[in-house]
Amino acid sequence: MEILHFDIAAPVPAGGTRAMALVGVVASGNLEVLVERGAAADRCAIEISTAAHGFRDLWDAVVADFVGRRAAGGLRIAINDGGARPDTVSLRLAQAVRMIEEPEA
Amino acid sequence: MSSLHQSWYEAGARERIAALVDAGSFTEYVGPERRETSPHLGIFDLPAQFDDGIVVGAATVDGTPILIAAQEGRFMGGAFGEVHGAKLTGLLRAAKALNRDVVIAFDTGGVRLQEANAGEIAIAEIMRAVTEARIAGVRVVGLIGGRAGCYGGGGLIAGCCSTLIISEQGRISVTGPEVIETNKGVEEFDSRDRALVWRTMGGKHRTLIGGADLFVDDDAAAFRAAMLAALVRPAKAGSVRNASSVPFGRGERPGLDLATLDAEQDRLERRIARFGDAADATDIWRTLGIDDARAIPDMPSAAFATLAAQYRESADDAR
Amino acid sequence: MRQWNTRKQMREERIAAGRGFATGKLVDPETLVDFLEAVLRPGDRVCLEGDNQKQADVLAKGLAAMDPARIHDLHMVQSGVVLPEHLDVFDSGIAKRLDFSYSGPQSARIARMLFGGKIELGAIHTYLELFARYFVDLTPQVALIAAVSADRHGNLYTGPNTEDTPTVVEATSFGSGLVIAQVGEIVDTLPRVDIPGDQVHFVLDAGRPFYVEPLFTRDPAAMTETQILTAMLAIKGLYQPYGVRRLNHGIGFNTAAIELLLPTYGEKLGLKGKICTHWALNPHPTLIPAIEAGWVEQVHCFGSEVGMEDYLAARPDIFFTGPDGSLRSNRAFSQTAGLYACDMFIGSTLQIDLAGHSSTITANRIAGFGGAPNMGSDARGRRHPSAPWLQAGAEADPDTAAPLRRGRKLVVQIGETFGEGNAPLFVEKLGALELAEKLDLDLAPIMVYADDTTHIVTEEGIANLLLCRNADEREQAIRGVAGFTEIGRGRDKAMVERLRERKIIQRPEDLGIDPLDANRNMLAARSIKDLMLASGGLYRPPSRFRNW
Repeated sequence: MEILHFDIAAPVPAGGTRAMALVGVVASGNLEVLVERGAAADRCAIEISTAAHGFRDLWDAVVADFVGRRAAGGLRIAINDGGARPDTVSLRLAQAVRMIEEPEA
Repeated sequence: MSSLHQSWYEAGARERIAALVDAGSFTEYVGPERRETSPHLGIFDLPAQFDDGIVVGAATVDGTPILIAAQEGRFMGGAFGEVHGAKLTGLLRAAKALNRDVVIAFDTGGVRLQEANAGEIAIAEIMRAVTEARIAGVRVVGLIGGRAGCYGGGGLIAGCCSTLIISEQGRISVTGPEVIETNKGVEEFDSRDRALVWRTMGGKHRTLIGGADLFVDDDAAAFRAAMLAALVRPAKAGSVRNASSVPFGRGERPGLDLATLDAEQDRLERRIARFGDAADATDIWRTLGIDDARAIPDMPSAAFATLAAQYRESADDAR
Repeated sequence: MRQWNTRKQMREERIAAGRGFATGKLVDPETLVDFLEAVLRPGDRVCLEGDNQKQADVLAKGLAAMDPARIHDLHMVQSGVVLPEHLDVFDSGIAKRLDFSYSGPQSARIARMLFGGKIELGAIHTYLELFARYFVDLTPQVALIAAVSADRHGNLYTGPNTEDTPTVVEATSFGSGLVIAQVGEIVDTLPRVDIPGDQVHFVLDAGRPFYVEPLFTRDPAAMTETQILTAMLAIKGLYQPYGVRRLNHGIGFNTAAIELLLPTYGEKLGLKGKICTHWALNPHPTLIPAIEAGWVEQVHCFGSEVGMEDYLAARPDIFFTGPDGSLRSNRAFSQTAGLYACDMFIGSTLQIDLAGHSSTITANRIAGFGGAPNMGSDARGRRHPSAPWLQAGAEADPDTAAPLRRGRKLVVQIGETFGEGNAPLFVEKLGALELAEKLDLDLAPIMVYADDTTHIVTEEGIANLLLCRNADEREQAIRGVAGFTEIGRGRDKAMVERLRERKIIQRPEDLGIDPLDANRNMLAARSIKDLMLASGGLYRPPSRFRNW
């Protein structure tokens, strides 16, 4: 497995009060995203575990786009990747930050 | 938003639990934030899942406390590994200790190839835990209707449950279609013939031969209603209880005993004697007295349930 | 003195030669190959039907079994190259030259044979274009067609899959050519007459139905959340603001997802009756929920779809049906409808370049065009106004006075930024260009030209090319929805943001689309079984699509 770490500036703080959110599933072409709170309010920490080696540049681009577009400040994000396409990763990240804004189920 | 019901087949493990239990009542044990992942998959450069493909915890249904587990059929086909199995074993042991009924939403292809020994041991431990819980009077209700079906060791565990609820999409078997074809040839079983797979292992057939007890639509609400009905059924045959006057979770709940197992053994022997020569499920359905056996697969659920009630072999002796 | 009836004489000679193998018009199936060798001549122009869906498969087998020493160098003019026999005749030398339109299942083999020089390529056409040439310079001398049944006079019943047959027979029979029909059975009375018997010269009782493939069945179970998100973008960002009522959909999963979102997401947006009421479309099973929910007023079909027959017959207010009750399709008319009477075409493609040209042809797959370029082009001959057409015209050309301004058809390419096998949708150079170089073609096979394309929709957003004022803006608008492909990552971020402010690019968040709604629960049907149930049991899916 390749483990990638990102700790990047995230200008928009995450909304809601929920402690954690989980979206997706580890399956072929899919991934799970676990979001917890705990990073500094203007940072976002992301850890990715993937079996598809050698795509750091692509993850870099996806993560940068994500923190630019979504309210990700203060979040710690852990990803188990089943070889998802970047558009799927992007969608799951967007779903995860939306989910943590929602009231507890 | 959708005008449709919530499909059980489509739902993930967490969505299934949410559909079954009282809103907000679920407390997860060893949740994903604990990151109790498989110690084996990394060796094969395979990604782990934070909950190892099974969600376990406590909840209430119509106010009554139960324990509940749901497998995630999309992660490694819902297969059992060391952690996955241990979570279910622990839940069942807790059920016995707490004297609480258990609901298991199966969705599994069996044991993970990558952790076969740990997985096989887990199956044996779970079967023992189900049996011990049942002897203590706990109901263990199995729900089957997911993508992966209920195969391999999952089929064995299901066989130990006190009630099985199944939808048309649900499949129960120990050996799966592909394995049968690989070992016995395509003439014996064509695993790509979807209609054959479903009429041999699917919910309608299992209901008709007493391999499952309650047949429901592929609808999460229907699974919930059937689960509630199963939780008020006597934990064992012969324990007569008025379901409407005695709330479930209380009252007399005599457990599984030798007499019950003997009765089930007798029933299975009768089944072999009666259907052993049948070449196809439709032959069995005809032997059961259903004239238009070929119409069964296309039959809507309600019509099928009526027909099944009249003709099916009952498994109530065993469960 | 010139003789003015040589063609008719030639036909009479062929009929006379064929009579030896026939009783009346009825060909003896045992002698099919001898019969074909008797009525054909080397170098003939032959239309072997060869449609998008139905195939004159028994006649194709007969043709391929002929002796190439006797019949050779045929010029095949057929819309669909679908069966192996359609190419076998080129391997054996029976045929030499090919003019066609679509080659779906044979796309890889046809590419190999073109590279290997086994086929002399005339051109790859759109359907309408090839049909047009049947009446100008590619009139067949012999047509081999397929129908459901015939009576003893040679009248034909095609059933719901009428498709190309009337067009092929019109050109061949009135052009003094010979028409030979394969039918599943001979009956005393036909349910309806699709082709009059005096246009048909010989009939072969094949003893079984012609081959037809379900091409338009998209299993909702395979639809992804990304496809659902993209479909939501299209509905909210295009269908709603333009008020698109008359349209054609391609056959991909993206547009099937749109069909399944109409009764759910479309309903929530209050769009029922305001969009998607009139269609030029094959009978897609995924349209059933929208039809049943009362969204659809009328559908005209190019062909039919396996399993939909009873449903179509039970909905004659929606579909065009014959006196027998069953569907009557017609590819030429429906293509014309798509070209002139629809305000939007939306479909998927394999590659889009930085100008906005798109193609489904890659260097080793030549799938042809089918009808997409006719649907996916602005009809310069159109004169009737409609609100979406005028609005698109105004966006493209705000400075011209309205009475002199042409409208524009909305031509939308929709897809995920990465397609099958993680192939990027966006490329620097189209595979079609490489193919043109390799085969020394005058024209690269472009599916939809850049100047016809008005919008591109991906999961990242919508690019409105009508609003772009120069090539630079156009390129950045395309890069701006190209996601994480090389093309997308090569964008000028500042310029893309400016385009977003001008609404040339719109993202899901700009349109208020919640990513949590991009969920399969949003689909009005999530399985083939749901579609069957929605149809009240009238839709009978083929067994391969069943899991019950």
